[in-house]
Order: sequence, then structure tokens, then C-alpha cells
Amino acid sequence: MKNNFLLLSFLLFSVFGFSQNITISGNVIDAKAKFPLPSVNIVDKTTGKNLSTDIDGNFKISDLSNTSVLEFSFIGYKNYILKVTQSQVVTISLQEDTNSLEEVVVIGYGQKQRKLLTGSVTTISSKTIDQIQPIKVEQALQGTVSGVTVTGSGGAPGAGLNIRIRGVSTNGNNGPLVIIDGYQGSLDLLNPNDVETITVLKDAQAAIYGTIGSNGVVLITTKTGKKNSKTQVSYNSYTGFQQTTKKLNLLNATEYALLLNESFANGGQALPFPDVSNLGRGTDWQNEVFNDAPIYSQDFSVTGGSDKITYGFSGSDLYQQGIIGGGKSDFKRNTARLNLGVELSPKIKINSNFIYTYVDRDAVNDNGLGSVLFNAINTPSTISAFDANGDYSLVPSTPGFGIEVINPLAQIENTYNDFKLKKLSGSFDVEYDIFKGFKLTSRIGFNTSNSNSKSFAKQISYGGKVFDVARSSVSQNKINDNDYTFDLFGAYTKTIADNHNFKLTAGTTIYKSFGSGLFATGYDVPNNVWENADLSLAQGVSEGGGRDVGGYEYDFRRTRHFARLEYDFKGKYLFSGMISRDVSLRFGPDERVAYFPSFTSGWIVSEESFFDKTKFLNFFKIRASYGLLGNDQIRDYGYRGLLNGEATYVFDDTLTNGTATGALANPSIKWEADEKINVGFDLKMWNNKVTITTDLYQNTRKDLLINNIPVSGIFGTNAPGSGSPTINAGSVRNRGIEFAIDYADKINDNLRFSVGYNIATLDNEVIEVNNSTGFLEGGSFGVGQLVPSRFEAGHAAGYFYGLVSDGIFQNQQEINDHPSQSALGAATAPGDIRYKDVNEDGVIDFKDRTDIGDPIAKVTMGFNINVFYKNFDFIAYSYASLGNDMVRNYERNLSNLNKLNYTLGRWTGEGTSNSVPRVTTAATNNSVLSDYFVEDASFLRIQTLQLGYTIDKKFSQKIGINKFRVYTTVNNLYTFTKYRGFDPTANDGNPIGGGIDNGFYPQPKTFLLGVNLNF
Amino acid sequence: MKKYSISKIIIIFTASFFAVSCGDDFVQQAQLYSIDSETYFNTEEEYNKALIAAYDLLQSSYVNVLMGEIASDNTLSGGESATDVIGYQQVDDMTHTSQNSEIRNVWNFMFAGVQRANYILEFKDKIDFQGKDKIIAEARFLRAYYHFELVKWFGGIPLKGDARFKLGDEKSIPRSSVADVYKSIEDDLKFAIDNLPIIPAQKGRVTKGAAQALLGKAYLYQNKFLEATNVLDPLITSANYSLVSNYNTIFENSGENGPESVFEVQYTDSEGAGFGCLQCSEGNVAVGFNGIRNYSGPLFDSGFSFNIPTQAAYNAYEIGDNRRDVAILNIVTFAAANNATYGIGYKHTGFFNRKYLPRKGDQNLGDQNLTNPNNYRSIRYADVLLMAAEAFNRGGINDGKARTYLNLVRRRAFGDLNHDISSSGAALTDFILAERRLELMGEGHRFFDLVRTNRTQAIPGFTSGKNELFPIPTEEIQFSNGNWQQNPGY
Repeated sequence: MKNNFLLLSFLLFSVFGFSQNITISGNVIDAKAKFPLPSVNIVDKTTGKNLSTDIDGNFKISDLSNTSVLEFSFIGYKNYILKVTQSQVVTISLQEDTNSLEEVVVIGYGQKQRKLLTGSVTTISSKTIDQIQPIKVEQALQGTVSGVTVTGSGGAPGAGLNIRIRGVSTNGNNGPLVIIDGYQGSLDLLNPNDVETITVLKDAQAAIYGTIGSNGVVLITTKTGKKNSKTQVSYNSYTGFQQTTKKLNLLNATEYALLLNESFANGGQALPFPDVSNLGRGTDWQNEVFNDAPIYSQDFSVTGGSDKITYGFSGSDLYQQGIIGGGKSDFKRNTARLNLGVELSPKIKINSNFIYTYVDRDAVNDNGLGSVLFNAINTPSTISAFDANGDYSLVPSTPGFGIEVINPLAQIENTYNDFKLKKLSGSFDVEYDIFKGFKLTSRIGFNTSNSNSKSFAKQISYGGKVFDVARSSVSQNKINDNDYTFDLFGAYTKTIADNHNFKLTAGTTIYKSFGSGLFATGYDVPNNVWENADLSLAQGVSEGGGRDVGGYEYDFRRTRHFARLEYDFKGKYLFSGMISRDVSLRFGPDERVAYFPSFTSGWIVSEESFFDKTKFLNFFKIRASYGLLGNDQIRDYGYRGLLNGEATYVFDDTLTNGTATGALANPSIKWEADEKINVGFDLKMWNNKVTITTDLYQNTRKDLLINNIPVSGIFGTNAPGSGSPTINAGSVRNRGIEFAIDYADKINDNLRFSVGYNIATLDNEVIEVNNSTGFLEGGSFGVGQLVPSRFEAGHAAGYFYGLVSDGIFQNQQEINDHPSQSALGAATAPGDIRYKDVNEDGVIDFKDRTDIGDPIAKVTMGFNINVFYKNFDFIAYSYASLGNDMVRNYERNLSNLNKLNYTLGRWTGEGTSNSVPRVTTAATNNSVLSDYFVEDASFLRIQTLQLGYTIDKKFSQKIGINKFRVYTTVNNLYTFTKYRGFDPTANDGNPIGGGIDNGFYPQPKTFLLGVNLNF
Repeated sequence: MKKYSISKIIIIFTASFFAVSCGDDFVQQAQLYSIDSETYFNTEEEYNKALIAAYDLLQSSYVNVLMGEIASDNTLSGGESATDVIGYQQVDDMTHTSQNSEIRNVWNFMFAGVQRANYILEFKDKIDFQGKDKIIAEARFLRAYYHFELVKWFGGIPLKGDARFKLGDEKSIPRSSVADVYKSIEDDLKFAIDNLPIIPAQKGRVTKGAAQALLGKAYLYQNKFLEATNVLDPLITSANYSLVSNYNTIFENSGENGPESVFEVQYTDSEGAGFGCLQCSEGNVAVGFNGIRNYSGPLFDSGFSFNIPTQAAYNAYEIGDNRRDVAILNIVTFAAANNATYGIGYKHTGFFNRKYLPRKGDQNLGDQNLTNPNNYRSIRYADVLLMAAEAFNRGGINDGKARTYLNLVRRRAFGDLNHDISSSGAALTDFILAERRLELMGEGHRFFDLVRTNRTQAIPGFTSGKNELFPIPTEEIQFSNGNWQQNPGY
């Protein structure tokens, strides 16, 4: 304001003192450090002429008049205005804009100064992303945002990642809403280098996204050019290799043979290996399947802007091969992005953003019974990889070897598939400042993708295994998915009586997703080779009239009308209220509309006059929020009965298709609602060097939309293609405390550093499941065993339900003294696991099952360090998880299959072991799910270590490079854990049945060498 | 400034108009390419298509046959280990409780069949067309078939008549008495007899003969012997069916839907399913489960070695009975003679259920073990003869006729007249029931025959007063909120 006044008075005076040909020259420097600032933008406000400083911060402007006003601007610094009076040489000292509280944060349909935020909001900047160098954007949230966990279902290239904000709240979809530049999108395929900021809305602040904000919201802002900045070109590249973080301790051939002999002897059978002397170590199947795999990435970007136009475009290329399967398991991603912003007039701005993504992914069976790792774990080390003819050796087809275990190398060799996706996303928006304080924004964002996938089932015999294929076939599908988000909203800002600041935002959003898919299978691939595996050649049809083709089409819509009032008094007392009215096509006409209100408030205590900000405490804000958010993440049309079931029978030896009812309809399904309460405070201390954010929250999810909820069998829901209805029947509560502290300091001109630590606790409890049985179940353990995971009131979501072990029976007397375990199926002998009679009915049976652990971490932590010393920089990121359990389910538990070496500590006689049961080929109850299979999967992972060196500008600029940094990184260096399996961080993301480890493909350890260049 | 005020007003109006018009109306859209279940049955074709859905669940009765046999003294559970399909293991030992997922499958699958039949019957009066009665008759036969299975396994069950169960019915509709369930079955089958053709339009469709045989069976299960003979005897004398001379051929692929077949559940090897939905397979899942573990050799494919005949079952055949080596495969002698190898599964006896073993050369699309084409010979003419014999004998109606029918079966078995039975009264009853075991070995009838004739002492682990019926699944008791009582003893 003051500047404007000066400017105005200056203009008035200038009428009288007009003169031309003034030249101003000089140097722009950092006010504090006194180093020259290159590329500082200088605009003559009267003529619009602009230029920028050179590498050494020097500039010279001629032809100025004494009415000229020069504005110096540079990112991260406060603008400086120079009123021209006469020719002179000046030194302009730009003040660093240290007050990061001025940082602006996107909050959905608008933005807000961080200082004035009243919700629980965390942001991740591109700086962090640059440091972590995630392959996928989700990884940037791992350990950096308190209360957010990111788990993968495995480390296969391109495998999906699951984000959970403040725990598991529903038995359905727990993933957060992702908004990219205003439109609904997905993180999955985004190039991390295109991301400017990631903002996580964790509490009722997200209520503006009413229907779909209940799992939290992740807002992505992509990079744009800056106004009045010189063209900046940057190029980043890294290359490296990956290897497995872990190999399980399996038995070698001699150990295996000896153990097998013992087992057969105990079972009263002949010894399979009468002579073990020549077996040696045998085949290390893990060495056979794991390989070092390459990874490389390069991207470049060009950004810049003039007074009216900003632009940015970028391209990237990433290739990652799997540590299992080589080229049969790889991921390639190419992206191209174009961003253009134009100020059509002082009142109208348009901005457009387009991202093209191409993905090519091949995969081997990487999870579950029958995965490559599962086979590598279970195939005995006595079997060689190849037989005498050089063919893949077969795993014998006798009962002790099971009918699922096959040579993993042959499995990789015979895996053929291909997935290609092309996706175009983008947005186009117009901002119109209609009159003072009122801005109208209209925006359309879209995603459209086409994918093709193909898999070839080669005719193959593994000698009588379930993976034998009697007839070759190729299955192909083409899927087209589209969606768009259209927003129209206005924001009116008004200050009344100087101190009362209002902002009212209101508008509407329309969302539609639609698409279609086609799939078909052709039999008899010519010559049984991948090269011929295409529908055009595989012309065989399944006999008997089987339907080898299919298709679907969908159309889903949702609308929202919302209003938000933000108010503050003197920037000290903050308040906002929101209401959203949403309509979703996932519900019947009577339940389609829902209202979601929320309130947030804050008090910046440090703005009070009684508060002395100069002391160690510089900033202190207290926040509270309350709101209701919704969830409609269920299948479409659950309220209607549709004839999409399966009706196939055989007449005249030919398959005949009819029509049958699909999933049972529930006309009265309605929104799942989440009540979010959050209180917290933000602190800054010691000259803003220390920042603390703490939150205490409780989320109560009510009217859980339980998909496929078990109902009585009389409704026919077990018929082929049918299913149970979706019913609102349950409640889940998540509570926790989040705490984050950051400390940044500068020791001297050569050394500065920052340290960050965050910790979050999570108390997850299912409050109610209202379906008569009181629980939902899911997951699978072993072969043919009872369902292992439950979702039940009074327990954590998806807890493991099994027997409780109580040591090992040491002798027959102990067995006689204990309730009979024979109801479990087999006789008990010394050396078997003793189970607790949990329900104390004097017999051990499946009714003694109880809560034996759960996969939800009670505490998660993140820790990171940044150190800059002269031209060196060093960063370290780590994260930890405590209290999460996993079920060991990668052992096939058959007599002749390989075992982990903990079995060497088995019971062999009285007093030998009280934890590991005997080995025997006889039937035992030891493989029934019990806490014997549940392990503590707490871990601490060193995620990123990076050392960089920036070549002195003096040298690099000689070859035209402003910034020349080389670095080396190790990702996922080491994981501290007691867990025996490959990767304690893995979870398939299922709310029920997650945390059961079928041999999760581990996240690889990656060694990278990279370079960053700015021109 | 005035200019902006006008444009402001225009824009705000336009915006709000747009917002409202694109609001709730936008969220109204019929699903693309889908058919609503409540507006169906507008053409004859739609009735026919819905009928196929009702037939579909016949295929899921594999579990009834497999577990019914395991429950009896004919076979043991088998499998890989004591924990391999715990449901079967428990039923074999008669230690099953109300928490048994296989027993629950029987409940779920058979009720799914009832629900699909009732879907048609609920809309039976919506339109009229030539031949509708035949469609209704087929639907009613199928409902009777599913009801009969349910009453065999569980006793009284909830009935709703010609309508589908709706959410909430489980808490209000009680279990009908066993007699009422049979009444419904009898009514359905009488209607079916009156409206079904003798020769089916397509192989696999139900016929008048099938309805007569099933009605006879339903009477027999109620000890209504006179009614049974009244429906079974005409079926026999109609001479539409005959015994196949070579017992062996009945169970081969070429013998399917032969002259002896009164009702047969149709399976194919050309569309499979996964373990996640066994009832979705178009193949006979029981066959893969019966298969010889890790078998390698001629004639058969391997399988999961469930449902393995006992030594006693093998020994029950007299010397010269051609049926023994058709019904039961002695793997030891067979392997030795054919240079075959096999694995030893749980409870291995050395015998396999040969009638329903996977045969070599089938396509087994989808899943090698779950897509076997072997039709289930649900009601064979031999069964009809034995049922008629039993009814004539036990009803004290005509032992002569009973002997005639029994000896027809025996002559085929032995290939001579030297093994005819000549006794009468109770002794003849024993012979008829013994013959049922031998003739129908491996076909899933034995347990229920023993129960209905009170000869359950033959079943190891059987508790009288309890095991005659299987328990209602715990979940169902819970769903019903106390509306349904558990069967005695569970």
C-alpha cells in the first residue's frame, strides 16, 4: 500500500520533472550473504520493458525516464522497487523472503496462506521429491508425512502402491482422493519430476470434497513456468542397478536331506536319502531367480515466462527391470507434459496443462501360491535347475512335492504377457476477476486412457501339476477409461472495517467416468510360441460352445454443490465453515443426495499483543476442526437388481447361456459417513529454526458400506455370478496422535543442515459389524484351511483369527494332561504344538480360535537429515513401523518341499525345543493357523542415502551450465526387522486378508548414479 | 464500473442456471447394456433364459455327491492331509459341527437353485404363450430337486412358495416341517409329470420319467411305499428306459445320457472356473477331487485323492460281480499291470472311486482338475428298479415284483441267472438294500439310504439322534436371529 502511495505521488510529480535517457546499471545481491543473484527479473513498470541480471548479477538499463519505476523480482526474495530519478550505478540488495508462513497452500477450490490454515494439512515440496527420487509419486509420502503410510503389494516393477491416511477406516476402498491441478486423477502413472507440491488434507479440511474426501485427500500441483523468468532448461538423469534386499535362510541340499530322513523316519516311512554324503549345498533357488536388474531414468524440462505468458514442458523416460524375471518383468514409463498459462487481460487468465503417459509393463506371477518366489522357496535344493539334457528339470509329481510347486525358472521362461497403456490427462481453466474481490474460476480436467493387454498360456506340461496347460491360448483385452471433472466456482474476498476478513467460495462440480472393455480368448496358438500369440492367428475356439469373448460398458456420475466461508479477525482468530451437497449415482433415487458440513477454527496466539515473539517462541497457533465426510466407493448400481449373473448349462453337449440375477440389490444403500475431529497446534521456535506440528484426531466411520456382506444363503447369493448385497452395516474408529518436528540451521556459510522427525500413533478398532454374525472374513491361509482374517467389533480391522500355541508337547504325559486336540483333524504326538483351550470347554477345536495379531502398525515414524557442506550435500531418509504383524504363508508345509532353516531347531526329543514342532510325514495339526505363523513385522528401513556434489558455478558456467550436480544414491539400503520373510513393508492393501505373506516380492535395493543439470 | 455490474449479474445467473441444470438431472442414467431383474419376463425367450439359470445350479450338486459318499461307510475323506478341506475330513469322521464350510456350501448352492427356480415361478403369470406350462414344469421339477436335496441334508427348511426370498425373510419365515417340504416336492413333481414330455427336446432337459423317478424317491424317503409303487411301476412298465447290458460303459463318456439314464446332471470340459468359485465350473468338480493323487499312467488323469473307497466297500462285492472293478479302482494291481505311478494321500486305502475318476483325453479347459466332463448319473434306471423293488417289498405289496426288479439288476451285474435272489420279507429287504449299495457305489446315495432305513450303525462315528441330519450352518442360525432352530445334537 505504501509503495503504491509513493508510486502515485511520484507519478504526479513526474509530470513536472519529465526527462529522458536515464541509465541505471549495477548489481543485484542477496542482502544477507552478499552473493550476486543471476536471472533476477527487472521490469520497467511504466513501459513494461523487462530484462534480467546476468550470471554475476549485473544489469544495465538505458532509455529510462524519471517517471520510470523498476521492479526487481526473484523467487524466494521480496520484490524491490526502485524509483528512477537520475542515471546512477546501484547495488540492489534483495531480502530473502524467509517467512515461510507466507507459503501458500492449496486446500481445494482455492488456496490459503499456511499461517492461516485451520485444518491438518501437510505439504511435500518438489525439493523433497528431488531428493527421494521416487519411481512413483506415492513413495514421496513414505515416512515424510506423519500419519500416512504407503505400502506395496510387492517390489515388482510398476506394482501398485496403497496410501493410507490415518489408518484403515472401511472394509472397502481406503485409498485417498487424488486431485491433480483441480481434477480427479491418480498418482499411479504421474512422473514425480512433474510435481511441484503434494498437499495432504488429513482432517475435516477435506470436507469440501464431501462425498469422496473421507479417506483424506492428496492434492497435486504440477510444475508451471514462472512469470517474467528466463527460459530455464534442466536435465536430470540417473542410472543404476537393483538387487534383492533379502534372501531367506533355506535349507541346503544336505540339511534338507537329513531333515527329510528324520521326517520320514518319524512318519514310519523309508528314508528318502539313504546316502547324503554327496549332496553338498545343492541348488540355491533364490540365487537362480534373483538377478541384478538395471534401472534408468532421464527427464528434461523447459520452463519460463514473460509478463503475460508462462510455459513449461517436460519429458521423461523411465525403465525398470525386475530383480526376478529380467525382461519378463519390467516397467517402462514415458511422459510428456505441456503447460501454458496466458494472461488474456488483467482480468482473465487461462491455464492449460496436458500430460501424456505411455506405460509398458510385463510381469511374472509375483504374489500368492504359485508365484515365482513361492516356488523358489519350496523347491528342494536337491533338485538341479536343469536336467541332463539341458531342459528345465521337473519337480517330481508325488504327493510330498505338492501339485502346485514347479521349477521357478521354467515358470519364468513360460510366462508371456504384455500390458500397454496410453493415457492423456489434462486440464484447462479460466480465471476471471469479474470485479474487485470476486473471481470466477471454470475448469475442466480429464483423463482418457486406452490399454491393451495380452497373456499367452503356453501349452506346457510340468509333469502333472496344476499349472499344466493342455491347450494353448491367448487372452487379450482392450480397455478404454475416461473421466472428466468440471468445476465452476466463484470466490469473493472482502474486508470489512479493516479487521474482518471474509472469503466466500461457492460453486459446483460435475464428475463423470465412463468407458468400456472388450476381451477375448483364442485357442491353439500356432507353433505354441509367443510370436504367434495373437487372436488373429489363434483361431481355435473352446469346444462345446464356451463364450470366449466378453465386454462391458459403464457410466458413472456425481455432482457437488458447495459453499465455504472463511473468516478471520486481524489474521488472529480464524474460522471456516463448509457445506457440500453431493449427489452420487451409486445410490438409489431416495438416498442419492447427501449433505456434508464441517467447521475449522484456529487462534494464532503469537499474534496477540501479550505474546513476545522475540523470545524463543516465534509462532504459536492452536487449531480445531470437526466435519462429516462421505464415501461412495462401492460398485455401481448396488441398488438395482441386474441380470448380470452367470447362467450356463449344458444341453445337447453344448454350453447354453441364459440369464441370471447378479449381486443381490439393496435399494436402501446410502453414504458411508466419516466424522472427523482434529485438534492440533503449530509452533515455531528459535528464530523459526524449529517447527513443530502436533495433531490429535479421531475419525469415526459410520454406516460402513459393506460390499458383498454375507447374508443368508436362501437369497441365492452363492449362485454363479451372483453376490451378496452392499449394506450399510458397521462402524470403525481410528484415533491417534501425530507429531512432527523439523529443525533447520546454518552453522556458517559452508555448513547448513536440517533434520526432520515425525511419529504417529494409530489405534484402529472396528466398533460394529451389523450382519448377524458380527464379523466379515477374508484372505486365505495354507491350502483348504479356514478363512484367516476377520473384521469384527472390538478388534483391529483385518485381524488374524487362529489358535493360540502354548509351546510344544514334550512327552505323552503332557498330551494326556491336556484337552484333546484330535478335533483339529489329526492325532497328537510329542513334538507337536500345544494349543490353548481358549474357550475353556475342555476340548481343543476350531472354536478356540481368537485374535492372534493384526497387520496394522500401532506406531509409524519417519526421520530425515539434510546436510549441505560447501559443494557437498548429503541426505538420508528412513521410516519405521511398529506393532504390525504378518502371517508366514510362503511355506507349503509338505513333506518333501524345502524349508526355512529355523526348522533345524525343531523338537527332536524331550527338552529340545519348546517353539518349533517336530518334523514328520505323518498327519499333524501343526499347520493349522496359529500364532506360530504370526510374526512381528515391525521394521526400520533406511530408505534413501544420497551424497551429491555440485560443481562450482565458476567452472560449470564456462560450459554454459548454471548448476551441475552429480550424486550417488542407495535406496532401500537396509531394513532392521525380526521378520523372517522377504519384506515386512509389504501388504496387499486388502482391509481384510492383508498382511498374509505368500512370498511378497521384496522392494529392491537400488544403487544409482545421477546428474542434475540446469542451463 | 456499471458495465461490470451488468456482466457480473449475467455471469452469476448463467453460472447458477448451469449449476442447477447440471445438478441432479445429470445424475440420472440407466445402466448401459444391462437388464433390470424386476422388469424381465416379457418374451418366451426370457423365460427360457431364466430357466437355464435354474438348471445351472444342478452342477453345484457335485458337493452333495462327493460329501454324501464320504459321509457313508463307502469311502473315506482322503485328500492331501488331515487339514485338506477340513469340512470333508470332519464329515468323514462324523465330527462335523455347524461350522463346516462344505456343509454350508450344500445349503447355499441348493437354496441358490431354489431361488432361481422361484424367480421364474414368481413371474409365471406375467405373460402367456404356447408351451409356457412346460417351462413352468421344468422350473418346478428343479425346485423339487433342490428341495429334496435340502430336506435330505437338513430336514425342514424355510419355504416361500412361488416367490423369491427377500431380505428380512430369514428373520420371519420359519423352517417348515419335513412333511410340508415333501408336500411341496410332491406337488411340484405331480405338476411336472403332467406337463413334461417323455422324450426331452434337448439332451439334459428334465423329462416326465425323471419327475416320476424323483417323486418315487421322495415317497420312498417318507416310507410312502404304496404311493411309491404307484408312480415307479408305471415308469418301469412304460419301457422308456432299459438297463445297459455292459455296466462298465455307463460311466464312460460314451455312455452318457444312455438308455439307462433317467436323470443326469450335465457337465462339460469346455468351461472351467477357479477355486474361488467352484460352483461356477461347467465341469464336474467332484471328479478332480476323486482323482488319483499324482497319477501318471494310462486311462486316467490325476487329482486330489478325496473320497477313497474303503477295503470293506471293495470286499462287499461277491466274486463274479462285474460291478466291483467298475466302481472301485484297485490302484495297486492296476498300477502294476499298467506301469502307472501314483501318490499316497491322506487315509490312503489303495482304492479310488473309479466311476467318477478323471478320464484321459478331456480338454479340462480353465482348470485341469475342476473341469471334468463326467456327467453325474443322478437317477439311473437301475436305481428306479431297486426303489420299486424296495417299495413293493417294504410296503408288503408284492415281493414277487420286488424280486423280479431286484434280479434284473443282479443278472446284469453277474451276467448270469445264478445269482438271483429268492427270499422274501425282511430277508429280501436286506438283499435289496445291500444291492443298492453295490449297484450305486460311489454315486452319493449310501448315507441317505442308511439314514432312512435306520441302518446307521454301519457308519463309523455316527451318533444316533444327531447325525441323521446335518447341522444348519451357524451363520444361518445367526442370520435368522433365532428364527431357525438348530437341528438336534448340534
